[in-house]
Amino acid sequence: MQSEMIKRAKELLASGEVARVVGWKAGEFDYDITPGVFTTAEELDSAFLYNDLCEANLSKYMIAQSRKEGKTLVFLKPCDTYSFSQLLKEHRILRENVYVIGVPCDGKVDVDTVKATGLTGICSMTSDGETVTVKTLYGDSTMSKADAMSERCINCKSKKHVVYDELLGEEGDVVADNHRFDMVEKIEAMTPDERFEFWRNELSRCIRCNACRNVCPACSCEKCVFDNEQSGAFNKGASDSFEENMFHIIRAFHVAGRCTDCGECSRVCPQNIPLHLLNRKFIKDINELYGEYQAGENADERAPLNTFTTEDVEPSIVYERGGKQ
Amino acid sequence: MQVKETNEFKPKIVAFCCNWCSYAGADLAGTNRLQYPADVKIIRVPCSCRVNPMFILRAFQRGADGVILCGCHPGDCHYTTGNYYTRRRMTLLFSMLDYLGIEKERTRVEWVSAAEGAKFAATMNDFVATVTKLGENKRLEDLRCKAK
Repeated sequence: MQSEMIKRAKELLASGEVARVVGWKAGEFDYDITPGVFTTAEELDSAFLYNDLCEANLSKYMIAQSRKEGKTLVFLKPCDTYSFSQLLKEHRILRENVYVIGVPCDGKVDVDTVKATGLTGICSMTSDGETVTVKTLYGDSTMSKADAMSERCINCKSKKHVVYDELLGEEGDVVADNHRFDMVEKIEAMTPDERFEFWRNELSRCIRCNACRNVCPACSCEKCVFDNEQSGAFNKGASDSFEENMFHIIRAFHVAGRCTDCGECSRVCPQNIPLHLLNRKFIKDINELYGEYQAGENADERAPLNTFTTEDVEPSIVYERGGKQ
Repeated sequence: MQVKETNEFKPKIVAFCCNWCSYAGADLAGTNRLQYPADVKIIRVPCSCRVNPMFILRAFQRGADGVILCGCHPGDCHYTTGNYYTRRRMTLLFSMLDYLGIEKERTRVEWVSAAEGAKFAATMNDFVATVTKLGENKRLEDLRCKAK
């Protein structure tokens, strides 16, 4: 797939159709893949990568790239196309300046999941699609790819590209019977005290680095309320126990109905807080109360918080359903 | 005159009331001399949909023990549709607070029209009683705000 992608990117660059290519390249370590911009064939040959470790969602970069001169070629995995489509719907990306090539994805290896198995001193990591081979300072180790994937890929919601100009590989389908709400249900089944403990334990680790906000394709406001020094919410993460809860509740609320559940927030969190569980709670509630809705799937549908019906349930329903007492 | 000091818990309640219905309803409750606890602090907003989820969280953070949001009955909004949006937003927000393990009885939405002074007083009495039973809000407060 990688050589096919490089070949196609070179063709488009050579013909002048696109001025730059947005893809993936090795970061500080070769398993630590990072997004990259390529403008020449030589750069593509030497640095461009596409393998089972390319986790990053490139759609948000298109907000800035599509405002540059000339077209930008971007490679998007199925779940990234949902974010891209949602950003189009919000008029954040200039569609005519982007050339989208859809690439297949059968789940990505998550470095944090691999590290969580206890491996240290990792030198390199390779995956052949079935097994992941990890070379460490203390010897080599292998594991099945299923064990090395993050939760978002295990419970993949769709392998279908919702928007593209060109597709490499086979078109997949929506995965209808995914189990992405299992963990949310597990938390709902706890008592309020247990739930409070669980979230205190998770959210109190927050260092307010803003990585979740910066990577989130739905968080694309030009000026964020959390950057406004006058808002009283500016950079207060470490100052008291509630502020970090507040930051995450407000952030999750702000993207409710627009979050495509791409899971980037949890991936980039340096403290490994499962932030996607907050977004999934909103998605689950919206699905249950206002009808099934997948952000980014359909450009004509109105977001659930931008619309209403006169027969909506009353907020008091929370007292009846809610979690366990 | 002697003021009796008691250690009885008095909750701090913030009530967001929409200018057109609920605020007028509160006014009517006053004109009719209906009693409701002085623990309720009313904040007037142009429409119930003016209330950002952050207002509610901020009220809790600054020491409120309960927050109630009052607006026109659905269909009667002065701005036609404002309270329909409120209804969706608050349902999701309250559900999220419950998910985080915060007592859901501390938050409430009530529709009170300008003619329902009695309902306003009854709602406030009931809400204050509920929150008093729950006691102090410990899960959402900013600890620095509490004078010890």
